[in-house]
Amino acid sequence: MDVEFTQEQLSEVTRLQRLYPDRGGALLPVLHLAQEVFGYISEDVEKYVGTLFDLGPAHVHEVVTFYTMYFRRPRGRHVLSVCHNLSCHLMGAQEIIAHLTSRLGIELGQTTDDGRITLLTVECLCACEMAPMLQVDDRYEGPLTIEKIERLVDRLA
Amino acid sequence: MSPAATEKVLTRNFGRPDSHTLKAYLETGGYTALPKALTMEPPAIIDAVKRSNLRGLGGAGFPTGTKWSFIPKGHTGPVYLVINADEGEPGTFKDRYLLERDPHALIEGMLIAARAIGSTLAFVYIRGEYVESWRHVSAAVGEAYDAGYLGRGLDVVVHRGAGAYICGEETGLISSLEGKKGWPKLKPPFPAIKGAFGAPTIVNNVETICHVPHIINRGAEWFASLGTKTQGGTRMYSVSGRVTRPGVYETSVAVTLRQLIYEYAGGVTGNGRLKAVVPGGSSAAILTADEIDVTMDVDGLKAAGTMAGSAGVIVLDETVSIPEALMVVARFYAHESCGQCTPCRESTGWIYEMTRRIVVGRGRKADLDTILDVARRGAGTTICAFYDGAVGPYISYIEKFRAEFESLIPK
Repeated sequence: MDVEFTQEQLSEVTRLQRLYPDRGGALLPVLHLAQEVFGYISEDVEKYVGTLFDLGPAHVHEVVTFYTMYFRRPRGRHVLSVCHNLSCHLMGAQEIIAHLTSRLGIELGQTTDDGRITLLTVECLCACEMAPMLQVDDRYEGPLTIEKIERLVDRLA
Repeated sequence: MSPAATEKVLTRNFGRPDSHTLKAYLETGGYTALPKALTMEPPAIIDAVKRSNLRGLGGAGFPTGTKWSFIPKGHTGPVYLVINADEGEPGTFKDRYLLERDPHALIEGMLIAARAIGSTLAFVYIRGEYVESWRHVSAAVGEAYDAGYLGRGLDVVVHRGAGAYICGEETGLISSLEGKKGWPKLKPPFPAIKGAFGAPTIVNNVETICHVPHIINRGAEWFASLGTKTQGGTRMYSVSGRVTRPGVYETSVAVTLRQLIYEYAGGVTGNGRLKAVVPGGSSAAILTADEIDVTMDVDGLKAAGTMAGSAGVIVLDETVSIPEALMVVARFYAHESCGQCTPCRESTGWIYEMTRRIVVGRGRKADLDTILDVARRGAGTTICAFYDGAVGPYISYIEKFRAEFESLIPK
C-alpha cells in the first residue's frame, strides 16, 4: 500500500495543525483522517503520520494502541460495535451478541469472509436509553430486537 | 419547590425538530445573556456563578465559580477553556442530548465562561464515537462564526477523541488534547495553574456550561432557588436499565431517587420489584431498594454513602443477578484502566477475573474478602480518581448483596 496523502489531504493536515497552540494537538484528528484514507493504521501509516509531526514511530504507535477507535488491521466495510456495558446487559445485550455471532458465523473481533462486516463489543456508548444498542459505522441503533438486527444486517452492502 | 413542578431550563427546546439551529436558538431567547455578560467585569461573572451554587455536572460536583477563580491573577499568557464532551460514564447520556439538540447553548455558555476566565481559545473535546454530536456542534460553531459570535475575541476548536473512557478525567483529557495517550497527570499543579499546552486551563462539563447563560439572564438567586442549599439549579438525569420509560429527565437536584424512578421513568419494567439502583453512573456505590428516599443533589447522595457523579441512574430489578452485574462493571474498569498506576492496572484486571470465576461457579471461599481487601488498599493511592470509581461498585455490590455472591461459590 502506498502511504501518502494527496496535496489536498496535506492541506487539511496543515489546517488541523494550525488549530492548536502546539501542532501535536492535531495528532488524533490526523489519525482519524489517515484511517479514513488508508482504511486502517498500519505500521507504515504510523511512520508516515509521525513524519508529518516530526514524531518518532514509537510515539505514534503508543497513541494508536491506546485508543479503541484506531484499527490496526483491515476491517470490514461496516463495523458493528455492540455495547455490552451494564444498561445494555440488563436489557439483553448477551442475546444480541449471541445472535450476531451465529448469524454472521464469526467470533467477536473478526470480519466476515466477504469483508462485509466486522463485529466488536464495546464499552458504554452512552445511549443507554436505547438499550440494548449498537453502533453501525457512524450511527447508533436501538433498542435492538432480533428482528431489527436481521433487517439491519440485511441492509448492509 | 416540588421537583415535579420544576420548569425545564436546559431541555426546554428539545421538542423542536430544529432546536440545534441558530435560528431556533435565537427565536427562543438565545444569545441574550451574552450582551449582558459583556457589560459585566469578569470577577462579577465569576461571583454570579459562585452565588448560583452551580456545581460541576460531569462527575466531581466541584463548585464552578470557585474553579474559575483559580486562574492565577495577573496572568498574561494564554488561558484555555476546554469543554469536556467526552461523555463516557456508563449509564449517562445527557450531554449527547445537549450536543445534538442545543449546541448553541453550549457556545453561548462558552463565550461567557471564556470572558470570565480571560480565554480567547476554547476547545470542545467530543468523544470519538459521538459522530452525530460532532457534526451538530461543528455546524453550530460554523453558524456562530458566520453570525459574528465567534471569531471576535473567542475561537472555538471542535476536537474528536478516539475511544478511551479515561479521557473524561480532566488531566487525561488534556494529555489527549495535546496529542498523547490519555494518561492523567499528577496534581498539583492543577489545570487552572498548568493545563493544556502548559497554560492555565479550565475544564468544564457540557451541561455545566449550558447553565451559564440562564444564570446570567435570570440571576444567581433564581438558579440557586431551584435546587438545595448547597447546589443550585436543575440537572439532567439519565435513567436507564429496568424501567418503563428510560430517558433524560431534567428536574431540580432536590428530586428524590424514588421520584425519578417511579414518577419520571414510569417505574420498574413490567411492574416488577426494584432490587437496586446505581444513582450516579457506574462509579457510584449501588443503593438497595430500601435506600431510594434520598435527594439527588451532590451532598444528598454523598450523605447516603454514594455519589451524584454524572447523574446516570441505572435501575436493577429482581430479575437481575448482582454478581453478574458486578462482573460486567468490573470488566469495564479492567478494560478502561489506562495502565499508568500499578494498584489500578493490576487490581481492576484481577478483580474482573475473580468476579468472572464467581459467576461461572468456580469462585473460592476467600474471593469476596480478597476483593474487598484489594479494593480498600488501593483506594486513594493512584494519580486520578478512576480507581476510586471502581472501588465504589466493588465494595458496595459485595457488602450489600453478599449472600447472593456466596450462593454462587461452591461449598
